[in-house]
Amino acid sequence: MRDESAYIMAETLSPPRLLPSGDSAITVEFSRTIDDAANRRVLALDRVISAEPIEGITETVPTYRSLLVHYDPVRIGFDALGEQLLARAAKALPTAVRTRRWRIPVAYGGEHGIDLEDVAKALNTTPDDIVGRHVAGDYRVAMIGFTPGWSYLSGLEEFLHMPRRQDPRLLTPAGTISIGGIQTGVQCLAGPSGWHLLGRTAVRTYQLHRDPTFLLEPGDAITFTAVDAKTFAEQDRAAEAGEFIAELVSS
Amino acid sequence: MSKLVVTSIGPASSVQDGGRPGSQRYGLTPSGAMDRLALAAANTLVGNELLAAAVEIGPFSAAFTARGSAVRVALAGAPRNADIGGRAVAFDTSATLAEGETLNLGFARGGSFSYLAIEGGIAGEPMFGSLAVNARAGLGSPYPRPLQSGDELKTQPASGAAERRIDLPAPADAPIRIVLGPQDDEFAEEGKKLFLESEWKISATSDRMGYRLEGPVIKHLDGHNIVSDGTVNGSIQVPGNGQPIVLMPDRGTSGGYPKIATVITADFGRFAQISAGRPFRFRAVTVTEAQAEARKFWELLRSLPDRLRGIEDFGLNIEALRDANVAGQAVSAVDAATWQVAVPAPG
Repeated sequence: MRDESAYIMAETLSPPRLLPSGDSAITVEFSRTIDDAANRRVLALDRVISAEPIEGITETVPTYRSLLVHYDPVRIGFDALGEQLLARAAKALPTAVRTRRWRIPVAYGGEHGIDLEDVAKALNTTPDDIVGRHVAGDYRVAMIGFTPGWSYLSGLEEFLHMPRRQDPRLLTPAGTISIGGIQTGVQCLAGPSGWHLLGRTAVRTYQLHRDPTFLLEPGDAITFTAVDAKTFAEQDRAAEAGEFIAELVSS
Repeated sequence: MSKLVVTSIGPASSVQDGGRPGSQRYGLTPSGAMDRLALAAANTLVGNELLAAAVEIGPFSAAFTARGSAVRVALAGAPRNADIGGRAVAFDTSATLAEGETLNLGFARGGSFSYLAIEGGIAGEPMFGSLAVNARAGLGSPYPRPLQSGDELKTQPASGAAERRIDLPAPADAPIRIVLGPQDDEFAEEGKKLFLESEWKISATSDRMGYRLEGPVIKHLDGHNIVSDGTVNGSIQVPGNGQPIVLMPDRGTSGGYPKIATVITADFGRFAQISAGRPFRFRAVTVTEAQAEARKFWELLRSLPDRLRGIEDFGLNIEALRDANVAGQAVSAVDAATWQVAVPAPG
């Protein structure tokens, strides 16, 4: 797939802002809002740092608009690290790198997606149309955060953008596939959520005694396919036994 | 098999260690001890690795019984009345429970979390290199949840080593130092001024994920600007209601609210120990100052083994004296037998 951002020259990109997150982390901020182009630059910088490590960095956390760089202040100071990060960022072109693509099966609606009907009503369409639009999407893991394996995806079509719920639910099921604002997501563990629940997947993006423990990486491409409730139940048993269920369609 | 049985315990008590950093990019929070200096001091007293797993005990009372053999332990962190079978035990010292003896701990005084280290460590299955409990992610060992009465912590029999005390610097009674940012520009100058010049209290609804602060309302320049970026221990988020939340070791790895400031590494444990309702203030320092303090903090941790002292050569142990007094025992400053910690024969 042709990636337009690959043709942006480095000189046209403004340098990121370096913001202190205390004495042991730097927020490398590419944008002040949720922004797809900024997210691509975040992921590009993350890849460059992984390819050309900087002494003293302990881990990096990509998010929509910034890369959080944790470091050891005993080994490197803020200014020295900031300088090296800016040099890496200047090199980090969001080029079309080879990304992994996963196909994730989802049981939409009914007990597995209790908000599907309401979402359809709110958008003046049918549940089938919502499902059709959601499976037609081409998504990318923009960031993983909040709880283990909770994968925030960019690429939700504008028609499906909806404000989050006024009163967040305290408990939503493991494997929930939902939409909120301009995003869609794959939630791994049961937990609170203010998003609209469209369905559930048997895929565990995080499973403790499986190799790999975490299935998805920031930057991975994602598509969804619809399965019925019976298939979901079978897949759920297989996933519990350690199967990925998510299908790697290219890498 | 030697073990320490949890005879009674309150909420907010769990096995914690140095935590499991390294997987925050997958949404896995590091967890780990709220007060690392206290954890390291307790571990040092019984010869364990500095950030080995120990019991982090919340503000309420607790009791532990040795089974299978004598078990050697050490206490550090928020002081409380402590005794083994009626013999007072001082904080920042080691002590040995004979088989069948019970260590009784009262409520925390002047702090929130105490650390009980066990000689030989706590047996468990490390997950991502750590035994630390993270109940939400189902992680932690030997129990992936806070401790309950009846839980058993398997360990090694007491070595019979001489008991120790540790000479710790007196805790500073000074404002909690912060570095402004990463999103302090989301707040007006008055908001920042109010944040730095006001008195704050920690709400009773706080937990290992976050400490809610009670004080003046800090207004955003643009209340609708919801960001989503990475968090660290000590990130100070300001949600829409203007009441800051300081993120603690069980925090979400990303957060949606602007962060006005970050508590510095050197003051994080001291901040974690502030009791609910006790007033405190913040003070801004530069990143350079904070990093110098962080380096000093890690040096202090590494130097803890050099701060061990024999228990018999400590002249007058004010802490033991105070603990013994609070415990309601008759104490004479000139009669060592009334305040020195008795050491039972091991085994």
